[in-house]
Amino acid sequence: MSGTRPTMLHAASVTKRFRVGSRFRTGGVQIVHALTDVSLDVFPGETVGLVGESGCGKSTLGRCLLRLYSIDDGRIAFQGKDITNLSQRELRPLRAEMQMVFQDPYSSLNPRRRVGDLIAEPLRVHGKRSEADVQNRLRELMELVNLSPDFLQRFPHEFSGGQRQRIGIARAIAMSPRLVVADEPVSALDVSVQAQIVNLFMDLQQKLGLTYVFIAHDLSVVRQIATRTAVMYLGGIVEIGDTDTVLHSPAHPYTAALISAVPEPDPHGNIRARTILRGEPPSPTNPPSGCRFHTRCPIAQERCGVEVPVLRPLDPGRRVACHFPLQSGEVAGHG
Amino acid sequence: MPAEPSAPAETLLDVRNLSVSFRSEKGVIRIIEDISFSVGAREILSIVGESGSGKSITSLAVMRLITDPNAIIEGSIIYKGRDLLKLDPREMRDLRGRDIAMIFQDPMTAMTPVYTIGWQIEEQIRAHQKLSRRAARARAVELLGEMGIPAPARAATRYPHQLSGGMRQRAMIAMALSCNPSLLIADEPTTALDVTVQAQILELIQRLRRDFGSSVILITHDMGVVGTISDRVMVMYAGTVVERGPKPMVLAQPSHPYTLGLLRSIPPMHGERPFRLPSIPGSPPAPTARPAGCPFQPRCDFRFEPCGNRPPLFRHGAQEVACFLAADHLPDWDHERAIRAPGAAA
Repeated sequence: MSGTRPTMLHAASVTKRFRVGSRFRTGGVQIVHALTDVSLDVFPGETVGLVGESGCGKSTLGRCLLRLYSIDDGRIAFQGKDITNLSQRELRPLRAEMQMVFQDPYSSLNPRRRVGDLIAEPLRVHGKRSEADVQNRLRELMELVNLSPDFLQRFPHEFSGGQRQRIGIARAIAMSPRLVVADEPVSALDVSVQAQIVNLFMDLQQKLGLTYVFIAHDLSVVRQIATRTAVMYLGGIVEIGDTDTVLHSPAHPYTAALISAVPEPDPHGNIRARTILRGEPPSPTNPPSGCRFHTRCPIAQERCGVEVPVLRPLDPGRRVACHFPLQSGEVAGHG
Repeated sequence: MPAEPSAPAETLLDVRNLSVSFRSEKGVIRIIEDISFSVGAREILSIVGESGSGKSITSLAVMRLITDPNAIIEGSIIYKGRDLLKLDPREMRDLRGRDIAMIFQDPMTAMTPVYTIGWQIEEQIRAHQKLSRRAARARAVELLGEMGIPAPARAATRYPHQLSGGMRQRAMIAMALSCNPSLLIADEPTTALDVTVQAQILELIQRLRRDFGSSVILITHDMGVVGTISDRVMVMYAGTVVERGPKPMVLAQPSHPYTLGLLRSIPPMHGERPFRLPSIPGSPPAPTARPAGCPFQPRCDFRFEPCGNRPPLFRHGAQEVACFLAADHLPDWDHERAIRAPGAAA
């Protein structure tokens, strides 16, 4: 990895395992291999999209990057400072600079508190601001997320999904963070509202110089917002590169299959025109040997079941973990 | 009211002037406001709408599954010549599951957690057909296999929570198909699933029509899903039908401002990325706070004087649109944008 450009966030060989079950229950204790040897650099001002299907580890990675989870192996550095082994208390001053926006605006806001208090909480926890200062900042934040300052006195249940997500965003940017990890921030919203929130993320990035890690399962949303895209499968990154390169000439067979499966509002659309991936992702408690995608891969060969492919540079601006990457144009026939 | 222009010759289900309201402390809340539509034999009709549009209530009304004593259901739902709203509960129970089947977004809530998948399908078969337990089990296993579930005999012995989301959805489709229904109502069948699994389920629904000759009402919020498998599309907003027509026409020439906005707000997978996504301002109204006149008017870029009244469905060829802009001909959006909403020009 070229290390000349300063990174906002540097994750090297991150591994995360969860223990599930109990030795007192049938099945006993099992280990979920949520992330295996994941490396990711996030540069200032960019938006990295993390895509993949449920269970691929994209949310876990997002949380590990902010050290909301501790990691089992590897290293994470934020703005050059190693945060791998910091305690939650030591992390607290850094929390102002790295924030998270959650998927569900319905459950991430305390229903018994007024919106003003919800947004002001980080300001009061972190800063030694005067109350007048806090109130000014609140007005400023409401304006940034296009909500009326009158709403500060209301409760979360009085708002629609889109408005609640705006409140969640206002809360995340209250402390002027440098990095925001957004975990499926638009997937619970109505389509007509989704576009508003995607635009808001892009506006805020421009106004405040934010860096985003944007987690989504919807490829078209990621295409719209992300400068670089990382595709994850079963706990690992299989392909990463400039969004246009990855989505227009995917090199990993999984990326290609994922793109082909996206339904489009095409007047002459037809399900038979697609390459449909068979089966479902295997369980992360017992991932397949070799390349983890080989059990569903349309072009898998013997070697794929044995040897783990490493993420290696394929062309400028793109790396892929596949023994037999697709040549550009090979996935024609779609669109 | 004459039949819809785009409806196929042979009609299976004909819904006329359906209204659904609920009595509440705040007075009567109208959820569905006088809608009519039909489904032809072997047809896949998509009903598209956002939250609060009334698309799910419409399907529940057809299944006679609205059991709230405060519900007021008016109109008629003619299925194969009989009005479902006039059937007594026993006749309806006989029809439900055998003739008209339904699948839901979340199979976990539609299945009982305390019996195996096989037992549940078996029970459904035996409720409608005179079959021995053993024959019913064999049929259940066969169906699971047809739905693409690996090792179906083993899957039949599993409980719903032991299967993945995609497998559960397949099991529910197997259950719905166990009596070869003429009409399948699928309410957001793929919303909770990953795209690769979604594609498999959509393919399955398509096959159903081909192999069993069933008609399908597909309820979804996703225009991508509509584009993939439907014949006709009906767009709903705030309890009304705003646009309807053959899928290729509606998607190629959306003629209601809401349909247009919905299609434009989906980020494209091909071509130029827009600097800003065109979005519809505001959010869909709650049933208690629906505006007077055209329900979409407060969010509409093209609002003009007549919008204070409720527009009827104007017909142009096979396409129907509830918008005054379409009173004489289907609107030309570039022209309309130039004269009515200069600020909204992209």
